Amino acid sequence: MALSATASGWRFKQPSVIPGFGLTLGFTLTYLTLIVLIPLAGLGVRSAALGWSGIWTIATDPRVVQALRVSFSTSLIAALINAVFGVIVAWVLVRYRFPGRRILDAIVDLPFALPTAVAGIALTALYAPNGWIGQYLAPYGIRLAYTPTGIVIALIFIGLPFMVRTVQPVMEEISREVEEAAATLGANRFQTISRIILPGLAPAILTGFALAFGRAVGEYGSVIFIAGNIPYVSEIAPLLIVIRLEEYNYAGATTIALIMLIFSFAVLLAINLIQAWSRRRFGYGN
Amino acid sequence: MATDITPAAADRRRGWSDPVAERPIARAILIGIALSFLALVLVIPLVAVFTEALRNGLGAALAALREPDALAAIKLTLLVAAIAVPLNLVFGVAAAWAIAKFEFKGKAFLITLIDLPFSVSPVIAGLIYILLFGAGSVLGPYLQSYGVQILFAVPGIVLATIFVTFPFVARELIPLMQDQGTGEEEAAISLGANGWQTFWRVTLPNIKWGLLYGVLLCNARAMGEFGAVSVISGRLRGQTNTMPLHVEILYNEYNFSAAFAVASLLALLALVTLVLKALLELRYSRDSVGH
Amino acid sequence: MELRIDKVRKEFDRFPALHETSLDIRSGELIALLGPSGSGKTTLLRLIAGLEQPTDGAIFFGDEDASHRSVQDRNVGFVFQHYALFRHMTVLDNIAFGLNVRPAAIRPPKREIERRVLELLDLVQLPGLEKRYPNQLSGGQRQRVALARALAIEPRVLLLDEPFGALDAQVRKGLRKWLREIHDQTGHTTVFVTHDQEEALELADRVVVMSQGRIEQVGTADDIYDRPTSPFVFSFIGESNALPIRIETGQAWLADRPLGIDVSGEADGPATLYFRPQDIEILTDPPGGGLAGPVAAQRRVAGTRHLELEIGGDRTRVEIEVPADYPIGETGRVAFKPKRWRLYRNDGASGN
Repeated sequence: MALSATASGWRFKQPSVIPGFGLTLGFTLTYLTLIVLIPLAGLGVRSAALGWSGIWTIATDPRVVQALRVSFSTSLIAALINAVFGVIVAWVLVRYRFPGRRILDAIVDLPFALPTAVAGIALTALYAPNGWIGQYLAPYGIRLAYTPTGIVIALIFIGLPFMVRTVQPVMEEISREVEEAAATLGANRFQTISRIILPGLAPAILTGFALAFGRAVGEYGSVIFIAGNIPYVSEIAPLLIVIRLEEYNYAGATTIALIMLIFSFAVLLAINLIQAWSRRRFGYGN
Repeated sequence: MATDITPAAADRRRGWSDPVAERPIARAILIGIALSFLALVLVIPLVAVFTEALRNGLGAALAALREPDALAAIKLTLLVAAIAVPLNLVFGVAAAWAIAKFEFKGKAFLITLIDLPFSVSPVIAGLIYILLFGAGSVLGPYLQSYGVQILFAVPGIVLATIFVTFPFVARELIPLMQDQGTGEEEAAISLGANGWQTFWRVTLPNIKWGLLYGVLLCNARAMGEFGAVSVISGRLRGQTNTMPLHVEILYNEYNFSAAFAVASLLALLALVTLVLKALLELRYSRDSVGH
Repeated sequence: MELRIDKVRKEFDRFPALHETSLDIRSGELIALLGPSGSGKTTLLRLIAGLEQPTDGAIFFGDEDASHRSVQDRNVGFVFQHYALFRHMTVLDNIAFGLNVRPAAIRPPKREIERRVLELLDLVQLPGLEKRYPNQLSGGQRQRVALARALAIEPRVLLLDEPFGALDAQVRKGLRKWLREIHDQTGHTTVFVTHDQEEALELADRVVVMSQGRIEQVGTADDIYDRPTSPFVFSFIGESNALPIRIETGQAWLADRPLGIDVSGEADGPATLYFRPQDIEILTDPPGGGLAGPVAAQRRVAGTRHLELEIGGDRTRVEIEVPADYPIGETGRVAFKPKRWRLYRNDGASGN
């Protein structure tokens, strides 16, 4: 209606009686440009200066390849574990009433609020060979800290709230009627959960998985303490960026960062596609 | 559920089961799994922080906090948060106002851009400022000639912190304000209120809990940020050390109990954040019930 | 399938949602549970389905006590108020769901399931929509899919909870007729819940009027409308007036005036007179009984006019129906006499 009223048929903004659009949007764009866009563009400019061959040489360096491989594989495993346990945790918090539920619900956000460095040293204190938990595993030859497994542990900690908090609100919205409908049609509880509830949650689970995975790949603080940081074994890509920076090897640092950024954008795009697809198909997002 | 059933009735419906609940045994197993997982992943590490901090007694822990370096780190952390949080608060409100109260082209893209810092590794957040202000850049030497030091100094730390905490307030407010729509603002304006009055008297009271919640998370992250700050600070002890960086230094010096003492202060901050958040949610749900 | 509800009672946390209730439903009957919200009608429906368990009493499907059967085993077709379609499944998968979850031994082969689904889609007049998702359907279409899904399991009874509650008036009327046709075609024993009396009276063989967790009356539309057995039913169905009166010496009195209606055989004492606005007779020569009062308000209702009169010393308002062109005299007073009415004694007995 508003569109057809204009001669051109296209307008940037729908008319509104509410003031402040120019001011707030202007400030938003300025601030966004100064803090986020220009610095990120700087990275792009630096990479462009390196040229394709320069980037390729650095990117195929065995230590870089291995660091990226460690980062991606540990993040993938951690996100998968979180997908399973995060859904169970969300289910228990949404569906069951038991003493301490509220406290548990609150504590799920701990990884959001606890500084990563603190998480890192705490997990190391637990899983180091002489640590609280590590000391019971060491006699069996099981080492968790200072191995890729240690990285996975830290990344599970970091990623858990992303999974739970993405799935939880969608779970709360599942209508009782839908579950009852499945029951009246003869489905037992297992069939209702596996055929009705979980498929309905799939977009949310995928989104939570992508968020946890994306965050894990870039994670630094909690990992470096527990990882042992052995090159080619438990050295993650963000750490390699820091090492390259300390060597004043800006080209090396920039290239690794570029690869990771491209990955981040791919994850963002994937999340948006999942949600758009889900909205189009089923009429709900997340 | 099983209350208020007469014995005769109970006998008659032994085969009946609640259509939307799991069997008690399945429920117990699921609760058990969730509790064990949360205990292992979240609770035990948290307990470890405080236990390790008190390993040499409360006195030693407090002494570690009274170290000049520790005090300097605490001061710097507070300063950084005091700059970064208000800036991002203003930005968050402005962005949410523009996005939630108006329809314009490219809105979805703008939201994606605002979310961007969430998906960028903190290390990269530090790196981009080094590239921008470092030795090889255009800006760095120019500012340096005027005696303005960005990197390895407080301004750099503040910038990196603003970057990593950039979306928190906006992210909290945008969906909230979108849900609330524009009806109340339009009503206020039709009654003769100007823009500021509308914002202060109509919009702000509606979003105050969400706003507070966003500020809380923003503050927690600002005080706890490690990766970005670590890259940009140069770690000059006593000058550009924030609390998380101080923890790392102490830890790497094998001064574990001091490291955990400072860490426990940060963990306490996290706990306070969580408690406030839980209270806010309680308050918030009560408010929305009243609507 | 015959249904027998035998002294069923339901409490939620000690709150009685349904007092002891018995009801027989004949095989192939279309029954409406009608009542305001909180009357217990949905609770009764859910008890029949097995979605709730009764606090006491039993529910029989034919001769079999179904109380011990879970909802999965009761084989009832239930249509939910908001349809409860599975959003991530196509229309085809939605309707086929009940057959697909059967144990392998009694599950029809895949092709047979598909054939049956397509047949049902024809029955509910939605051929060709099997590949759509619920999100791509209109409200009325969703309702039809929900019914087809419930019918797919060849239910012993069909239960519908406010089946048209979420639809707009136009669609509602169409679907109402259509549901009656489907019922006549398939012959399922059908129980539906509604708060819309027009819907209940028009559609059902028998209407069960409920209030505050109790059945007030069970009967055909004529029974309910013409012979309401309680003041609640009289006032809940259609429009009505209630006038406190007194019976003395075989006459009904309002204060010191006789109403001129025959109450011979009624015991003396206070009572309430119920009558409908249209069941009156205008009196042109006032003396000799009847009710009279000044016109306090009037409004046009379609082809007629409704007058609100203030009657008696305490100015009780009653509403009567007169021809649209009825001349209200200069005095502004109208006198009338109820032609059909019911008397409810304040102790619960009734008569006319």
